[in-house]
Amino acid sequence: MSQIDIKVEFLGGLDSIFANKRSYEVKVDNTKIVTLRDLIFDVIVKDLLVNPEENYSIYIQDETIRPGILTLINDSDWELEDELDYILQHKDVISFTSTLHGG
Amino acid sequence: MFTPPSDPVNKTSNLKVSQLCELCHSRKAILKRPKNLMKICKECFYKVFETEIHNTIISNKLFYRGERVAVGASGGKDSTVLAYVLKKLNEEYDYGIDITLLSIDEGIVGYRDDSLATVKRNQQQYNLPLEIISYRELYNWTMDEIVACAGVRSSCTYCGVFRRQALDRGAMKLGIKHVVTGHNADDMAETVLMNILRGDVNRLEKSTAIMTSSEGSPVKRSKPFKYSYQKEIVLYAHYKKLDYFSTECTYAPEAFRGTAREYMKSLESIRPSCIIDIIHSGENLILKPKKQKKITQKFKNVSNKNGPSEMEIQKNGTVSLFKDGNRCERCGYLSSNKICKACILLEGLEKNRPKVQLDTDTSTDGKAKLMRDLEKLSF
Repeated sequence: MSQIDIKVEFLGGLDSIFANKRSYEVKVDNTKIVTLRDLIFDVIVKDLLVNPEENYSIYIQDETIRPGILTLINDSDWELEDELDYILQHKDVISFTSTLHGG
Repeated sequence: MFTPPSDPVNKTSNLKVSQLCELCHSRKAILKRPKNLMKICKECFYKVFETEIHNTIISNKLFYRGERVAVGASGGKDSTVLAYVLKKLNEEYDYGIDITLLSIDEGIVGYRDDSLATVKRNQQQYNLPLEIISYRELYNWTMDEIVACAGVRSSCTYCGVFRRQALDRGAMKLGIKHVVTGHNADDMAETVLMNILRGDVNRLEKSTAIMTSSEGSPVKRSKPFKYSYQKEIVLYAHYKKLDYFSTECTYAPEAFRGTAREYMKSLESIRPSCIIDIIHSGENLILKPKKQKKITQKFKNVSNKNGPSEMEIQKNGTVSLFKDGNRCERCGYLSSNKICKACILLEGLEKNRPKVQLDTDTSTDGKAKLMRDLEKLSF
């Protein structure tokens, strides 16, 4: 079974629903192709999200990342990287930044 | 403490032409601009973002040489980026302005104390002077006490009225006549939307002005980020690794703005230009001339009774204050009424202030502690 390492970061106050931890190292099984969608719904929501009944809607809306949260794949806007269909690579850095808090 | 976001290690090999920046055509594009859907690289993004703000400043003549300017600094993303960009542009384009950071301490434990720590770090990082004005010293109330007394629902009303005055008073204390704030395009579009939803026609016109000043008040305000998207501000802070504070205010989820903001974000995800479009609509919505006449008539009647009129009615229907500025009878602050809004709110609060001295131990959670103490009281 082969695995890849992914770094997941929750910034801009989003760490508050992920045990106040900004950065996570995640190992993902990639015996078959893994997309960002798999990472979000099978790993982040299941293992990292604290108190999912309450916090799920802060992070996810209409089966995607909630509008107002910026998703960056290796510092690139995910709109330029196929969004949820992006195929994860070893050592990728995925960051989620909330823009919804006050300025 | 500030921990910057991690740098990615993966570099894309075999770039496709379609992945290149549409401006320099030489580096990989890393973002799609919400304004025009252009794909650009990091370097071009910095340049474009800063230049647009510079153009906004120049075309609206926001500053004059030698002007002293206070940046309303909350420690949040907008004001942190504003302080950084303003300092940078001032050096690059030689505006010749003198920048000071001005912070308001509302007295919200677990929120403002942490964000003020960020402002203090910004002061060091950008080497700018900093002044902190607190609600405690101005009004003898902290927001935690106000919320414990008046409830969470009206917290933003109090906070908003008090903050507006506090920024003015802070600026006057420093002898500064211009406060710039980090309000961005998203904020402005939200405000336009809120004013439409509330049917507040009078505020609607004013809400899109880049610079506002009440006649008689020595302090004017401006919003250099009027046309800057929140997304780009956050990305700018992210790529530049700026140290900003990002927690929602303890009392904010109750606010009306939250609903408008969510709605805006959903709109933006369908059509990113909607934010600029809403601002544009707001700018072009002008009051019916009929209504102006009514106002004129009303004030003429009033002034006839009270002797010679010093009230000026401007073309756009707004009524300017007395030449010297109408002053609040209690605090001397500029006000269109005999007693200003802040003093009216304070009076209401004083009536409800618990007679028992509370132990304001700031080391524990402010609101929760006060609530607990209040629960112990019996009448």
